[in-house]
Amino acid sequence: MLRKFHSCFGLMATLLVVILAITGAVLSVNPFLERIQTQATGASSVSIAELAGKLAVSHPGAQQIQRTASGSIIVYFSDNNQTGADLINPVTGATIAAYSASPITMWFKNLHRSFLLDIPGRIAVGIAAFMMLLLTFTGAFMLAKQLGGWGHILRPIQGSLKQRLHSQVGRLAVLGLILSASTGLYMSAATFELIPEYQSAEPAFPEQVKGGVPSSIDSLAALKDIPLTELRELVYPYPGDQYDFYSITTNQGRGFVDQATGELLSYQAYGNKQKVYEFIYMLHSGEGLWWLGLLLGLSALAVPLMSWTGIQIWWRRKRSSITIDNNSTAKNADTVILVGSESNSTWGFAKAFHDALNTAGYLVHTTSMNSFTSNLTNSCANTQRLFILTATYGDGDAPASASQFLTQLEAMTEIPTFPVAVLGFGDQQFPEFCQYAKDVEAALTAKGWSQLLPLDTINRQSSQEFSRWGNTVGKALDIELSLVHTPTQPHCTTLALVERVDYGAEVNAPTAVLRFKPANSRDLEHFEAGDLVGILAPGSKAPRFYSLASASKDGVLEICVRHHPDGLCSSFLCGLAVGDSIEAFIQLNPSFRPASGKAPIVLIGAGTGIGPLVGFIRHNTAHHPIHLYWGGRCPQSDFLYEDELNTYLKDKRLTELNAVFSRIDERAYVQDKIAVDSEELRGLIEQGAQVLICGGRNMADSVMTALDDVIEPLGMDVQTLKAQGRYREDVYS
Amino acid sequence: MKKLTMLLCLISAAVLSTQAFAREVVLTTELKSYGGDGAYLAIYLTDAEGQYQETLWVAGQKSKYYKHLVGWARASRLRSSEYDGITGASITSGKTLTVTLELADRYIDSGFQLRVDSSVEDMRDNRNDVVVPLTSEGAGKPVAGSGYIKVFSYSL
Repeated sequence: MLRKFHSCFGLMATLLVVILAITGAVLSVNPFLERIQTQATGASSVSIAELAGKLAVSHPGAQQIQRTASGSIIVYFSDNNQTGADLINPVTGATIAAYSASPITMWFKNLHRSFLLDIPGRIAVGIAAFMMLLLTFTGAFMLAKQLGGWGHILRPIQGSLKQRLHSQVGRLAVLGLILSASTGLYMSAATFELIPEYQSAEPAFPEQVKGGVPSSIDSLAALKDIPLTELRELVYPYPGDQYDFYSITTNQGRGFVDQATGELLSYQAYGNKQKVYEFIYMLHSGEGLWWLGLLLGLSALAVPLMSWTGIQIWWRRKRSSITIDNNSTAKNADTVILVGSESNSTWGFAKAFHDALNTAGYLVHTTSMNSFTSNLTNSCANTQRLFILTATYGDGDAPASASQFLTQLEAMTEIPTFPVAVLGFGDQQFPEFCQYAKDVEAALTAKGWSQLLPLDTINRQSSQEFSRWGNTVGKALDIELSLVHTPTQPHCTTLALVERVDYGAEVNAPTAVLRFKPANSRDLEHFEAGDLVGILAPGSKAPRFYSLASASKDGVLEICVRHHPDGLCSSFLCGLAVGDSIEAFIQLNPSFRPASGKAPIVLIGAGTGIGPLVGFIRHNTAHHPIHLYWGGRCPQSDFLYEDELNTYLKDKRLTELNAVFSRIDERAYVQDKIAVDSEELRGLIEQGAQVLICGGRNMADSVMTALDDVIEPLGMDVQTLKAQGRYREDVYS
Repeated sequence: MKKLTMLLCLISAAVLSTQAFAREVVLTTELKSYGGDGAYLAIYLTDAEGQYQETLWVAGQKSKYYKHLVGWARASRLRSSEYDGITGASITSGKTLTVTLELADRYIDSGFQLRVDSSVEDMRDNRNDVVVPLTSEGAGKPVAGSGYIKVFSYSL
């Protein structure tokens, strides 16, 4: 809901908000520039009378003196019926230069205030400020939810490059944007008199002016009393009119000065409302608060970036949305599928399931979990079974399309007689794996709803696990049900093998490092080390995924493959000769990647798990401290990347190499080496180190146990590290 | 019959007399392309010494900004009775304001002056942007302004 709102308002307001932000950022520099200028002329402790006295000589036709918030003095004058304005040095009273408001600044200011469209434009600006505020708040709430609450708001952010950019930049700019948008909205409301009048009443024009001979301006008592730094504006009387007077506006109030006696007349101090308005104006414009202006300008620059990334995220999500064909109505359907999805990937599985049931002759109705209502029994008269396919969002929350489900279920009084089966989708790396699916299952059981099948789960969109679940459903329905769904399998690219290095034949662990290149290097999609490549072996429908050891900027796609005699794909890959080609596509895996920052990185792997780890080290040109723990069988046979790793040790891309082997005299596994190095590792964890593990499930489990022991004295365990985003696994069975 | 003649005489006398005391004046004010927001203008009448007589037109709706029309504001003391019913929209940069009004004959060729003050948000205030004697001779002759006004003219 929040996301829909956020993207809907974002799309509507993009253009307006971006114009406001860019012009605002440009204008934010002005107070700073003016400050530099006034700093150069020096501060002045003179009174208004003193400066005006000097000006009386140099500018006999002076009509008005103005002092800007940053301290520039401008005198407006008329000379032989020609008007002019000069910028004045406040200390010496000398003319610095002729003054004219910069037309560029004026243009930007008008664009910022009214899109150059006067009143209608000002209304649009007010609306845009409101949209900006809404976007900032909804964005902040979404981020907090995604990171597991406000308490975790500073956690590292995961996701694709654009998602991370969007969230990270947003997190930096959020306070500045709230301040700019809310003060802007307030000023807009004041312009349109939607809030009570803030300006203090004008002081009444003095009725009793003595009308004596005007005294020279530098002798007027009232002007002698007020320091120049307090001045905002002094308007001169009309020359020759003895009954006219000076009008003076200071930082405190307004009044008039008798040109003969120098007496201050009908002075009126500002009311609190005006002071509040002026304070808010200062916060918004940075006039008189140059450093805040620069900060706000800087955060405004985040807006174009966030619009750009935001539109891309929205587009990607929209493009991946799924349409269900042959969807029966709820009334006719004998089978209902409810879908709880955050990013549409669960819809892909639901579609495959829907199509398979449809082919098997069922009338299937597939809809989002939010369409479920408490009077389901009436609307689904012919239904005989219900399936719920749902993902989990954040820390075990409902995904977007299921946010209302549990409330509706709770309100249900009459439980239907047809049975239900729940299938959860999630990622085992996260502690709350499939938690929402578990909650749904528990709620259904609590309601006494009969069960068709017990809860099942799919880890990381595994096609194999989904196909297995299809078999289970088929058995329950007494039909052949073959579920084939390969999530996000975009167009494959043909890649040719350009190099292979073989290891491990002697120790019964034949392993190959394979490097591929596309015919045209531009055909290579963007990827980083740690992302996955899906490879389709000839004759196979389901791809196998391998962790990438290279990034697209390297120009090659590099993987490390262990040959399993029964494995279709690994046999195919290990049988390739240089020049042979494969069909492959990229699947991003943004959660498995070193976090930015200076904290040390601990890489742990065994066997082919070295692949992405070596990729991380290869790209560590910033020389962050990296400690590698890796386990193989025999240094003479399967020491993958041995030469390369030694090079990285020398050029400091790798800080420490801990390679252990299981088939030599001092046999050891990585977890043993971790236990031996526990003191050092504890130190690294204390420095904020991040741990990345790649390899088989068994190795990963042993490493987790070993690390739990290592950091126990710190009062932590691996779960704590996981929750902080400092422990990430890329594990295969 | 006599009464009717009398009545007709009286009516025509009344019509003729108003024609004799006042006449239609068209004031045309063309602004320069100063490139700011809409300008506020006050067009008013003074005697030869600059003593305020009456307000003819105020362009700009928000009275809180009227104090920036410096000369007029002081002279009229900003009493709303001085400008009620004779205000209109502010004038955008480069545009022309045309005002038609009835003006008493006694002001013409008697040393009275038309004055215009002008003001634009965030830009300078111009007292006496235009000062021009109100004479039959001067009618239709354009006068250049010293502030935001490019040309001002009046026709009698």
